[in-house]
Amino acid sequence: MKSRTIKVDYLARVEGEGALYVKIKDNTVVDIKFKIFEPPRFFEAFLRGRTYNEAPDITARICGICPIAYQMSSVHAMEDAFGVAVDGQLRALRRLIYCGEWIESHVLHVYMLHAPDFLGYPDAIQMAKDHPDIVQRGLQLKKAGNDLVALLGGREIHPINVRVGGFYKVPTRQELAPVAEKLKWARDAALETVRWTATLHFPDFEQDYEFVALRHPEEYPFNEGRLVSNKGLDISVHDYDNHFIEEHVQHSNALHSVQKGRGSYFVGPLARYNLNFDKLSPLAQETARSVGLSNVCRNPFQSIIIRSVEVLYACDEALRIIEQYEKPDKPALEIKPHAAVGYGCTEAPRGILYHRYRIDDEGVILDAQIVPPTSQNQKTIENDLWQFIPQHIKLPNDQLTLQCEQAIRNYDPCISCATHFLKLTIDRV
Amino acid sequence: MVRCTAIKMITEQSVQNKHLILIIGIGNPYRGDDGVGLRIAQDIKKKSPDHVNVIEQSGEGISLMDSWKDSDIVILIDAVHSGAQPGTIHRFDVHTQTIPTKFFHYSTHAFGIAEAIELARALKQLPQNLIVYGIEGKCFEAGTGLSPAVEKAAQEVLTRVRHYIQNVLPRKDTEYHEI
Repeated sequence: MKSRTIKVDYLARVEGEGALYVKIKDNTVVDIKFKIFEPPRFFEAFLRGRTYNEAPDITARICGICPIAYQMSSVHAMEDAFGVAVDGQLRALRRLIYCGEWIESHVLHVYMLHAPDFLGYPDAIQMAKDHPDIVQRGLQLKKAGNDLVALLGGREIHPINVRVGGFYKVPTRQELAPVAEKLKWARDAALETVRWTATLHFPDFEQDYEFVALRHPEEYPFNEGRLVSNKGLDISVHDYDNHFIEEHVQHSNALHSVQKGRGSYFVGPLARYNLNFDKLSPLAQETARSVGLSNVCRNPFQSIIIRSVEVLYACDEALRIIEQYEKPDKPALEIKPHAAVGYGCTEAPRGILYHRYRIDDEGVILDAQIVPPTSQNQKTIENDLWQFIPQHIKLPNDQLTLQCEQAIRNYDPCISCATHFLKLTIDRV
Repeated sequence: MVRCTAIKMITEQSVQNKHLILIIGIGNPYRGDDGVGLRIAQDIKKKSPDHVNVIEQSGEGISLMDSWKDSDIVILIDAVHSGAQPGTIHRFDVHTQTIPTKFFHYSTHAFGIAEAIELARALKQLPQNLIVYGIEGKCFEAGTGLSPAVEKAAQEVLTRVRHYIQNVLPRKDTEYHEI
């Protein structure tokens, strides 16, 4: 009898730290644990006793990569609680700032974290030595997203300009003009990015996933819509808790989120694309088709192309919003807090991010629930590994380890959202 | 101590810049000792002269590269976890030393400080002078406030950086005290 263990102490090129444990006996996988050690419970506890208007800035600190997603889910939950609907140009500005976050988050993953896997480099630094122009394009493209977030958010990191009801300050048309110039370049660079990523080699790998994303009748989803799936789910965000449940698993402090009675599900760019292809801009649709994608993509390794298509869409959508922009009279709507429960779910770069808050009559938070996208994908990542590893079981340990890491990186797991420090270990015994 | 080797000659153009020195504090204030870089940056900002610009960052590498690209003298301050005694002050002159990538992995970013520095080096985009202070943390769990040893080290780094700032004036002669 021959048994082996793969050990990887750190999963490189995922946000945060991850731990993966794989046990193989007689060329059969007998155990896989994708571990996340710590749920975002500190923040949920920290929010209790704070006022409703502090939630956007506190939750933005959960993740340095997607603070806008946390701000957006929190403000929508609060506005839901208090019966306020933000519309017109303020609503458009929220889509605009989210475009910026998608661009910077996706470009970081596509160029710096995921592409080295496909091109055979240990990291982007080595890749830059052979492909400096490609890496430079990635850096500049990400900058276009950073500039958008910095302008609307007040600063690039941990933006401070978003508030319940709108913004503290809104830009003029003149202030948006220079960003639009950069976005025109970025749109061309994004188009090149789609073409480039489509030339990479992808393992043949698909599963019968249940994709879950927001769907809005008129637009590709950022902040609003119903939660839908390719297997019949179609619910209001208010009903999230009736359909999804967080289960504690022994090997992970992060809770595994599952659909009640149905198990794992898949959130993020692939889910959004598959459920909303018809809502992409004509340019994004046409470009996707031109590189051989259909309106459904089930191979998670190809998520690098889908992320690139979403970057192209975000540039296109940002330019559309800026072109139609007129400065609103007031930067925010008036908020009158009262005792209520509010629900918010928005499309973070990595997938749906759910917030629920219970507020008292003074506007003080009584309790909070936050479900990040990586917690929701965790079970699907484990399931992928159960399918993927047997197909590559004959590879030597070091190569199999790299392949496993790549399979995990398909999900761009933001472990700093799901937890903070996640050690990754792959064992072969 | 007069220094003429690691700190390169400051160009006339950079001396004319309003902000000659860029100080970047990195961290997350809700992760215990991880917030030490931010704390020092905030303290420096309280009394910083005109030729000094102080910013706070989360540690995401690409944003770091962007923020330092127009500066000739950059001082970066962050918490580290290398196994040394909590409160140990590590100092790197980036032009003469390579930073181990695992040194800053507690910044939680896959593409963090060490990666940004090495990518900038590969692309020849390093600032003329880049000094990194890493303060060995003890507790990176969720929570606010610094451990006593880290608090003490923060005061020491604050003193060193303030001393440096006071001795680098926006002038044309090029003798600078070591950071």
